[in-house]
Amino acid sequence: MSSDNQFPQWEVFIQSKTGLPFKHAGSVHAADSEMALQNARDLYTRRMEGTSLWVVPTDSIVASNPDDSGSFFDPSNDKIYRQPTHYVMPEGAKNI
Amino acid sequence: MDDDKRLEAFQAKIDREEKIEPRDWMPEDYRKHLIRQISQHAHSEVVGMQPEGNYITRAPSLRAKVVLLAKIQDEAGHGLYLYSAAETLGITRDELLEQLHGGKAKYSSIFNYPTLNWADIGAVGWLVDGAAIVNQVSLQRTSYGPYSRGMVRICKEESFHQRQGYEIMADMAKGTPEQKAMAQDALNRLWWPSLMMFGPHDADSPRSGNALKWKIKRETNDELRQKFIDKTVQQAEVIGLTIPDPDLKWNEETGHYDSGEINWEEFYNVVKGNGPCNNQRLTHHKRAHDEGAWVREAANAYAKKQLEKSKVA
Repeated sequence: MSSDNQFPQWEVFIQSKTGLPFKHAGSVHAADSEMALQNARDLYTRRMEGTSLWVVPTDSIVASNPDDSGSFFDPSNDKIYRQPTHYVMPEGAKNI
Repeated sequence: MDDDKRLEAFQAKIDREEKIEPRDWMPEDYRKHLIRQISQHAHSEVVGMQPEGNYITRAPSLRAKVVLLAKIQDEAGHGLYLYSAAETLGITRDELLEQLHGGKAKYSSIFNYPTLNWADIGAVGWLVDGAAIVNQVSLQRTSYGPYSRGMVRICKEESFHQRQGYEIMADMAKGTPEQKAMAQDALNRLWWPSLMMFGPHDADSPRSGNALKWKIKRETNDELRQKFIDKTVQQAEVIGLTIPDPDLKWNEETGHYDSGEINWEEFYNVVKGNGPCNNQRLTHHKRAHDEGAWVREAANAYAKKQLEKSKVA
C-alpha cells in the first residue's frame, strides 16, 4: 500500500432477499470492517438491492486458477452416473 | 502453452461470446486498453459531479434539489463501480488517481464545458447522460466480465438521470419566453460537445480495430453517435426546441438523420487541455483529494488502534 492510501479493498456480497444466496457485487475500500459495511451499503444498495451484506477482505479470498480449470474440474466430467438420466427406468413407471 | 496458442484460445473464447474474467490469461494490449478505457470512464463519472454540484444550493425547488443530490450521488457510485472494475486488472486506486492528476488519464471532454445556468443542468441530464446511456447500453455486452457487470448496474440507474434532465428542459421550454430561450441556448451550446462525446470518426479512430476485434467495444463511434442523434431529434421536437444543426435532415433511404460536420478542431483543442474548464476541474479534484487526506489518516489510525485493542483482549 502506498503512503497516501485509499484503504484496504473488500469484496462485497449482497443477499437480495432472505432465502436467496449471496451474490458478488463488486468491491469497496475501507479502513475497517464497519466502514466497509457502510461503504458497501452506500455504494451497492441505494435502490433496495439487498436485505443483507457480506464484506470480505479481498486478500482473504482464495480462488481457483482458470488455467488449470480443465484438470481441476475434470473429475466431475466422467461420472455421468451422478445424473438422473443415467438410469434406465422400466417402461410405464410413473412419478420417478 | 505458448503465447500464440493462448492468444488463439483467447480470441476463440471472445468469438463464442464468453466473458473474460480477471484471472484469465489476456494479451497485454487488451489489459492496457481496458485500463485506459475503464479509468477514463470512471474519472468522467467523478469529474462529471462538478458541473452539477455547482447547482445543489441553487436548485429552484426542494424537489429539484433532492433529485439533483441523488443524481450526483449516483455519479459517485458509478465512478466507484468502474474503479472497482479497473482494479481487477491489477492497477491500484492510488495509481488510477495519480494518472488522472498527472494528466496521463483523461476524462470525457464534455465536463470541460461550464454549466452557466439551470437550463444547462437540464441539458446535461438530457444530452450528456443521454449520450452516455447510448454508449453504456452497448458496453453492457463488452467482453470483460467485471466491466460488463458494472455497465449493467449503471444502465439500471442511469435512465432516471436522463429523464430528470429532459423534464427540466420540457418545463423550461413551456415556461416564459425567457425560460424557453434559456433552454434553447443550453441546447445550442451543449449539442455539439455531446456529439463529440462519442469520439473521432471511425476513419480517424486508430485504436478501434483491436477494441472491436476483442469486443471491448461492440459498436463504432459513428454508429453510436448516429443512434444518439436519431433518438434525440424527436425528443427535441416534442418540447418545441430546435437542434442547432442546419444540415440535420431525415434520410428516407438510410432510415437515419443526416447531420452536419462536427468541429474537430474544437474537440482536439479541449482534449489537449484548452477547454473552458479543464484547469478548474482538475484543480478542484486535486484539492478535494488533498483536503480529504486527514480523514483517511484518521480512519487508518482508528482502524489500527481497534486492531491492537482486539489483539490485547
